Order: sequence, then C-alpha cells, then structure tokens
Amino acid sequence: MNEDAPEYAVNPCKVCAPLGASLAFKGVAGAVPLLHGSQGCATYIRRYLISHFRDPVDIASSSFDEMAAVFGGRDSLTRALDNVTTSYAPALIGVATTCLSESIGDDVADILRHYQPAEGRDCARVHVSTPSYAGTHLDGYYATVLALVQALAEGGPALDLVDLFPGIVCPEDLRWLKRTARQFGLEPCLLPDYSDTLDGGQWTEYCRLPPGGTTLAQIKQAGRARASVELGWSQGARETAGRYLNRDFGIPCHGLGLPVGIEATDAFLAALCRISGRPVPGELEAERARLLDAYADAHKVLAGQRAVVFGDEDTAIALALFLAEIGVTPALVASGGTGALAAVGAAFPALQGLDATFLPDTDFGRLGEAARLARPTLLVGHSKGSKLARELDLPLVRVGFPVHDRFGAARLTTLGYAGSHRLFDDMVNGILADRQAKSSIGYFYF
Amino acid sequence: MLDQGISDLLEDRQGSVLETKADGATAAIRCGTRSAAGSVSQRACVFCGSRVVLYPIADALHLVHGPAGCAAYTWDIRGALSSGPALHRHSFTTDLRETDVVYGGAAKLEKALRALIAQHDPKTAFVYSTCIVGLIGDDVDAVCRRVEADCGIPVIPVDSEGFKGTKKDGYKAACAAIARLVGTSVDPAVPPAPPRSVAGINILGEFNLAGEAWMIRDTYARMGVPVVATLTGDARVDTVRRAHTACFNVVQCSGSMLGLAALLEEKYGQPYRRVSYFGLEDMAQALYDVADLFADSDPGMAARAEALVAEEMARVLPLLAPFRKDLEGARAAIYVGGAFKAHSLIKALRHLGMQTVVVGSQTGNKEDYERLQQLCDPATIILDDSNPVELSRFVLEKKADLLIGGVKERPIAYKLGLAFCDHNHERKIPLAGFEGMVNLAREVHGSVTSPVWKWSARRRA
Repeated sequence: MNEDAPEYAVNPCKVCAPLGASLAFKGVAGAVPLLHGSQGCATYIRRYLISHFRDPVDIASSSFDEMAAVFGGRDSLTRALDNVTTSYAPALIGVATTCLSESIGDDVADILRHYQPAEGRDCARVHVSTPSYAGTHLDGYYATVLALVQALAEGGPALDLVDLFPGIVCPEDLRWLKRTARQFGLEPCLLPDYSDTLDGGQWTEYCRLPPGGTTLAQIKQAGRARASVELGWSQGARETAGRYLNRDFGIPCHGLGLPVGIEATDAFLAALCRISGRPVPGELEAERARLLDAYADAHKVLAGQRAVVFGDEDTAIALALFLAEIGVTPALVASGGTGALAAVGAAFPALQGLDATFLPDTDFGRLGEAARLARPTLLVGHSKGSKLARELDLPLVRVGFPVHDRFGAARLTTLGYAGSHRLFDDMVNGILADRQAKSSIGYFYF
Repeated sequence: MLDQGISDLLEDRQGSVLETKADGATAAIRCGTRSAAGSVSQRACVFCGSRVVLYPIADALHLVHGPAGCAAYTWDIRGALSSGPALHRHSFTTDLRETDVVYGGAAKLEKALRALIAQHDPKTAFVYSTCIVGLIGDDVDAVCRRVEADCGIPVIPVDSEGFKGTKKDGYKAACAAIARLVGTSVDPAVPPAPPRSVAGINILGEFNLAGEAWMIRDTYARMGVPVVATLTGDARVDTVRRAHTACFNVVQCSGSMLGLAALLEEKYGQPYRRVSYFGLEDMAQALYDVADLFADSDPGMAARAEALVAEEMARVLPLLAPFRKDLEGARAAIYVGGAFKAHSLIKALRHLGMQTVVVGSQTGNKEDYERLQQLCDPATIILDDSNPVELSRFVLEKKADLLIGGVKERPIAYKLGLAFCDHNHERKIPLAGFEGMVNLAREVHGSVTSPVWKWSARRRA
C-alpha cells in the first residue's frame, strides 16, 4: 500500500487502531468496547488508557486461542458477547477487530447479525474494522465514530442540534465544546464524549458503566441536526461521519481544524454563528481579549523560539498553526500517522515561508535525528517525547495523548480561547522554568 | 453469603473463586486455563509473558515482529534497571503494514534485523513473533539462522504469538530462548561444561525492578555467595551464557522461571530452590536456603546467614513499629501476577498488623492456591484470573482498606476510596529484601493513613 513505508520503527510515535476504537466507544453512554482478538490487545490498551486518564477502563476481549485462530472466532466472539451482556448489561457493545480477527477473515458483521442474546438482555451492537497493521489509533478512532453514526443515526424533522465530531482531545476540551454549542443555543450531539466516562468523580460502588457519554438516542438524532462540525485535518478526503451525514441526510458539514489559538477558534465560532444565526457571546469575546493580552505580555519570551511538535496528525497540525500564530517557529512537525500531514500542513499560508519541516509516518528514532537538525529550543507533544527532551536537555510542554508521566492529562486543554490560554501559559512558563533552572544566578522576576 | 455470591459470578468464572473455610480444609480452584471470553481479564497474552522475562537483558536487541502497537505498548514499560547499557529500553518493531500482511513480512524482518544489528551492535537479538506473524506464516526461524550466520551473534526467535496460550506460555518461550544462550560462552576462560569451580548461584526470576537485584546480590555477597547470573535483572548476554557455571539456582517469581530451573537442572545438574525476597521471613528463608545448599562446601555459611538476619531484623523491626501502630487491624486485598508473591505479601502484611481478606493472581497454579488457602484466615476470598467487576465486589464485601496490585488495579481502588500500593513491574521503589519491607510499610502507611479518604464518596455514603 505504502511503498515508502519504513523498514522498521524505533520507539513508535503511534499506537494501533483498536485503541482509538476503544476510546471512541468509551464515549458512548453505557457502552462496553470488545476487542475481537487476543486477550493481550484489550489488556495492553486498557493499561495504556488507564495510565493517561487515571480512571478505570474496562475493555472486553474475545480472548482468541489457537482453535479460534484456525477455525474462526465466531464461538469466542459469541461467548464474549454473552459474558459482557451478563456482566455489564450495556446499552451498546462496540466490537472492534484486531490484526488477528481481520486476517483470518472472520465475518464480524454476520456474527453480530446472527447473535441471539439471552431473553431480555438485548443491546445495540456496532462493529468497526480496525486491523492493527493499518493506520494508527487516530484512524481507528475516526472509523469508529463513522461506524456509530452509520449504524445508529436516523433522519427526520430538523432539530436545534449541532453534531460535533472532534479528534482525540482531552475531557475538559470535550466539556468546552458542549458548553460552547449551548452558548449558541444549540444542543450538541458530541461524538464521542468520554468527558465523564473517563474523567469522573469518586464512586460509592464499582460503576460497570461509568456515568456519562453520548446516548444512543442522541446519536440517533445526529441525522436531524442543523449542521455538523468536524474538527481535525487528519482524515483528508477519507469518508467521515460528517461527510456521511451530509451525503445521506443532507446535513451541511463544516470541516475545520481543531480550534487551537485565535484564528482557529475564530473559525470554529464563526461556524457556530452561521449554524445558529447568533453572534459570538460576550463571555467568549472576553476570553479572546484576555488571550490576546497574554500574547502581547509574553511575546518576547517566545521570540526566536523553535519548537519540535509531535502527536497525532490533528494535534500536530493544530499545534503548528498555533505556534506560528504566537511567533514560535514550528521547526519540525512530526506524527506517526500515515495520512497527509505534509500535504495538509504545507497547504496553510500561515505555515509557508517558515522554516518548517514536516515529518509524517515517523518513529522517535527518525524524529530524534530530524530534531537535532532542526535546532529546537523546546518540544511540544505527548509523554513519549520525554526521553528525547532529556537527551536534548530541552523543556517538553506536555499536551495530547498520551500524557502518563504527569497528572491531570484530562485537563491539558488546547481548545478555544481559554484552552489555548492554558497551553500558552504552560509553554511560556516551560521556557522560563528551563531558563531559571539553567541560569547560574536564578531570577526573581521575568 | 458465599453461595449467593458464587451464583452471582459469570458461569465461565465459577470454580475460579472460592472462600477459605473455617476448618482449614482446602479446595481445588480452577486455574491455568484460557481467560473466559468477555470476562475483562487483567491478564495480557503470550507475547507479554515473553517480553517481561527477556526485557531486562540490557545489551540485547529486542525486536518485535508485528504491527507497531505491540511494541509501543511495551516500550520501557518496566522498571528493570541496568547498571550499564540500556538497549532494552528502546522499542524496536518491524511495524508491519497491510502489504506485509499480504505478501509476508520475512524480508522486512531480515532487513530490519541486519540494519539494527549494524547500528546498535547488540550481543544477541531476540525476535518476538506476534499474532499476525503466526498467521501469515513468516519463516522467522530461517531468517534468524541466516542473520545469525552472517552477523556472528545469536539471533533467537521467541515463539510469543499472543493467541498461542496464556502469559505462562510466553514465560516458557522466553525460558527456551534463555536456555539457548546458557552454556554458549565464547570466553575461553569459561568452560563449556559446568565445572562447579565457581562457587556461586544464579538468581532466576528476579528482574531488578527499582534495583532490587542489586540489593539482593549485596546481601548474598555479605554471606559470601557470589551471584554468577541474575536472570534476567541487569543481565548481560555474556553473563547469561556463563550461567551454567553456577552451583545452584534460586528461583524467585517462580511462575516465570521454574521451567528454566528444571531445564538447567536436567542439562547441567544445577539443583534449585524456590525463594521469595518479599517480606522478612521469606527474605531470611531465602538466605538460609542458600546457606543450606552450600552446607558441604562452606559449613560456616549458615552461621553467617543467621548473623546477617539477626542484624537486619534488629535494624528493621524498630523501623516498622511506628507504621504498625497506625496500620494494626487494617484489611488488605492483593491481586498480583504470580501467586508465589502473594504468599510473601500476606506474611509481610501480618508484620504490619494487617489481615489479608481477598487475594488472587493472574497466573497461579494449583499448588500455589492450595498454599494460599493454608496461609489465609478463614473466609478469605481467593481468585484466579479475576477482573474489575469481581475484584471491586470482593474488596467491598470484605471491607478491604488497601488494594495491592498494578496499574490496571489502581483506579479500581482509588475510585472506591481505597488505599493502594503498586507491587507490579512499574514500581519505582524497591520492595524486596529487608530494606524493601520498610519501603513497603512506608508505601502502605502513606496511602492507608492519607486524609483524602475521609472525603471519599463511598466512605461518606
């Protein structure tokens, strides 16, 4: 498929599609993700997600054995559906495949169609194809959002709804998206919404189905929204939930990048203005003004800074645009994603004329080599870059997924004026902390 | 309560959970089987078993042949420290793509191996097969043979396809890989056959998490016992190759390495003992057992061991006293990888005045569980290959104050307002040996006595 695919990877800059599928399914109310494959797939992914969110993440597995690999996984999957239904009484079981079940050719759609649940224990079942050798966790995430909408959305008279399909963002950003839509008088159908399911409060008993998530009824209504807004440039020309709803239900689709920084947030709010017919609320205008004021206050700290940016493609592109906006050169923009990072990234006028290199489909081995050539002064990305930051003795501003060597990953906001403001402060302070630590005299004032 | 409780379990899980009886009679528990589909087991897969055992060999190239995910999820996942090279802390993978799955990944594997060996100059290379490799039928053995012949280092395939059994089968595959190295030293000073000239031991199943192997080696050194090879904590390929020159093997974390011990005994006549370095009694016993092995060649060792234990006990017990004062009467739940470790933890917790009310493991065997039942108080819940629904239910039913486990168990505890102690591979604090007991006490105490629990939703409910 990709002749230019590297021969090996050293320290991968991505994880696999079933993780993205699990994350997306966790954003549906009452859903249990079920990975059709080896027990390890579910367990490793649970561990990875728990390290980031620090909340329970229950993911079931069909626990393939050799017999299943030879004779097909129908019995294993059926047994898993039975046990998940009994144990969890879910509203939805989200079945994602893995390399194993994809390659032996299990017809999962057929297995689900013919599945007979126990009396009174029926639930929705949605299937998504996520072979681990194709794409990344981000691709698995989008494929799952699309599969959910295709399986569940229905048409009907228009409602004061807006469908919001963000890339992988933190729970606090998801809350901001919902809040903001409501400020425009629009009820959001945010898919997925793991803001409560993966960032909830304390429990009095074990919540097999943590509260929160987009309900099946809400997804059903996605076909009656006034418009949909898709946030993230990674999917290029691929089929997405927004495009599907546009084609099959005639719902206008606004394809935008993640609203990080002034320009991208302006564009997102402008879309909400058009959809709702309402102006930008004063509260948001005030947030915008404060962010601009912060830009002015700290611009000298940022002048001349060169950043290495990495993350999933949505995040990497959004961060590069944000950096360009605040006067930091995005010297190297890297992602493990196999999509069109360079093509999309280079298409932005804001990024042209800057000394920016785009590095798609990378691992941290090649990223590290390119980073040394890029003469960076800081790193912006997830925790997997912390080794590189140590090697280069540069500050790492943690953002994106995963962040498992710090607390509070759920609140590392980037969206909107306020979310960008948090990131902006973190970035400026990261530079100052580094300067202070390396100074022979230290400073009281900056 | 139990009868009603058991009926509440998944049918597939009946027989894997039991409650100890008042009369001390033991019962058979179902264990060592494949995880029930859909049960949300805390276990990983065959690959995981191989990866954890071989991972600490610091100057080897560990190449995961499969999609990037398997390698990414296990990148620097364990706290196995090295005193020198750190090649093991990188994550190497053939990053298989769709075309490779269609046309085969063997050519890609060969290229990757040659390039990575040239770049990193490892002392050996381990090639881990993942699920997809088992399916597409790459001839990994042939690639390894060719590269080995050309590059002049052992290139060892590890049959670790995720679906071909359980984590225990991964241990077996790793042990088979290690067995291929033992006795192959290229150093002319190292005899090919076991000469018994080196009066030392090997420590099997000790992975040097948070530097624990170093502490244990020091302790044995104080007794006058050199350690030839630690398998695999802070190991080098050369020390693994020399492991056949030790007199005896001691096996810690017996689930993972007992097979290798049996194999080495058969091939090189090295007798072995199971030991545990967790908790005061078991640590002391691990020293006495080794002294016993050397009873003929070094009759004075037993006295040295006793003196060492007495000295350490006198040092450590007063340090534990203040912790015990606060922890007396608290109740613990334990869910760990191997059941042998659980035995030690139950005893260690008793030193802190704590009672274990729930205990389970991912990979225990029948004997482990029988011993567990003998060790535990009546009405203790014992479980094999458990899951969040069961664990949370039993910690609440049994009113545990503390859960000891790993990353996947941690949020279960915290969500429910329970204290937690990480006793898994990510731990940063050494918990083995005499000093480790003090650390364990501090860890447990710091969590159990935290003021935050008074705000917990469950405790206020």
